[in-house]
Amino acid sequence: MASYRTPLGRARGLGAAHHGASHWLAERVSAIALVPLVLWMVFGILRLASLDYQGAVLWVSEPLNAVLMVLLTATAYWHMHAGMRVIVEDYIHKTLTKAVLLVLNMFVSVLVGSLAIFSILKVALGGAL
Amino acid sequence: MIDADRPLSPHVQVWRWHLTMFTSIAHRASGAGLYAGALILAAWAVALASGPAVYDSYRHLMGSPLGKVVLFLLTLGVFYHLANGIRHLVWDSGRGLDIKSANFSAVVAIAFAIVATLVIWGIAITTGAV
Repeated sequence: MASYRTPLGRARGLGAAHHGASHWLAERVSAIALVPLVLWMVFGILRLASLDYQGAVLWVSEPLNAVLMVLLTATAYWHMHAGMRVIVEDYIHKTLTKAVLLVLNMFVSVLVGSLAIFSILKVALGGAL
Repeated sequence: MIDADRPLSPHVQVWRWHLTMFTSIAHRASGAGLYAGALILAAWAVALASGPAVYDSYRHLMGSPLGKVVLFLLTLGVFYHLANGIRHLVWDSGRGLDIKSANFSAVVAIAFAIVATLVIWGIAITTGAV
């Protein structure tokens, strides 16, 4: 039996890669999460600026600070990867250059984000004293 | 996409500058700047995990005149991107898209970024953090 659905109805929500709006949506969800996290970070940096090494290690060892720091890093790196991806896709039209920059963006984000999260966890779990 | 030398949308060279155009470009510019800021934040974490000597070098670097200028610009970038990001989230809900509202929220976002940056640096100076 023939389908009565219109071509638009079948296509709705499905991009060429069947992902629909997931990238767009993920950037917004990370943006919402970053609002409180970034505000917390600003005051965290104010606190850290007046602490020496020992003080900073103790600050990061507080469970709430450690968890928020990790969440901030993960969310910020996700969001900045998504944002830079859109910038590259918008302005770079040479296929090879675009592909190289998109891969570089992902590698830098994942590598540096992982380094940051591992370092925070190492300090928080007592590996720095 | 075909590899071709064509002018890019939105044809910056033929548009008269206006406020909402500035806020849009500044959103991307601040976002790109905060990319570098996130790398500086990661450097903080790695420095702290590397021990007292490396962490002292990091603090020395960020406390230098150049470090302070970078931190000040990042503060401005964070607050601008935050305020303008919320503006974008409101737009995504379909509200505030008319020219009058968009111009008004542009002024609010810019004013918030400047005021919040000055307040934070005021706190930093009075508490002896810088």
